Amino acid sequence: MVTVESGRKAVFDSPRHAPSPRIMTEPANDLLRSLTLAQGNNAFIQALGAEVIEAVSGRTTMRLPYCDKIVGNPDTGVVHGGVITGLLDHACGMAVGSALGVMVGDAPRLRSTSFATLDLRIDYLKAAKPGSDIFVIGECVKITRQIVFARGRAYQESVDDLIAAATGTFILTELRPASDAQA
Amino acid sequence: MELLAQAARNGIPPDINALIAAVPYCAWLGLAARQQDDRIVLEMPFTPRLVGNPIIPAIHGGVIGSLLETAAIVQTIWDTRSAAIPKPVDITIDYLRTGRAVTSFAGARLARQGRRVVNVHAQMWQEDESKPIAALRGHFLLP
Repeated sequence: MVTVESGRKAVFDSPRHAPSPRIMTEPANDLLRSLTLAQGNNAFIQALGAEVIEAVSGRTTMRLPYCDKIVGNPDTGVVHGGVITGLLDHACGMAVGSALGVMVGDAPRLRSTSFATLDLRIDYLKAAKPGSDIFVIGECVKITRQIVFARGRAYQESVDDLIAAATGTFILTELRPASDAQA
Repeated sequence: MELLAQAARNGIPPDINALIAAVPYCAWLGLAARQQDDRIVLEMPFTPRLVGNPIIPAIHGGVIGSLLETAAIVQTIWDTRSAAIPKPVDITIDYLRTGRAVTSFAGARLARQGRRVVNVHAQMWQEDESKPIAALRGHFLLP
């Protein structure tokens, strides 16, 4: 799971997939750190064997090592689509949560970390290759006063060769203060 | 899959519970199937590992999606008597209510069955089928 060190966002144990230096040098944020831990520390995601390998404001990267229990087709060993859906849902939700926390700013003004998924659309672009790790990136696209938009991408060897793409819409269950709102 | 191919060859309905047992992820989710007329209803007992939000506690959105997608796939296999597992092309999940820490059910119907692709609508509910927790609309390629 996510480990957070003082002065850093998260620890990356996969240099091949580490995010760009620009993201890594963003200042640490206690709220974001707690969001990352709270959402990363999740029964379903843990039970699947997935881990959050990057969590910064508005963007989350996860990894799921291949294992037997995620197989959806025993003839081919291809992963069940629901597993990909689960990772994309989680990464998009975390990206939204972290973006909200950072965008709202200091803790006393934080009124809107609570949100619910309205819908999630997944395009299964190609079958996941059995035996290979699956990576998922969730990104927050836009925050409005009531609605947050996110997108997700799933890949294996390269982020330029996606296995699935997602679009998610979330509703804030506590409205942001009007002064913060863009729409 | 051999158990599907064999059923198709013999002209008998596939054993959906045997299929679920043979698919590791479906078995891991703890799914069980029952037939209601021409509809397959999946049942998913609550277990702590399905939780996505420990505060409520609520079932993870990905688990809800997995249950709905599986309901769509088994109904497709049932209706088309396909010899292999259909492949998902795209799905849209509408989250309607919080999935609480109780047993969940899901069922699906084929809105349109073509030669190569099916359009499937699936619903998930808990105590009351008239109050769905989530719905799925998706396309699946037939083998």
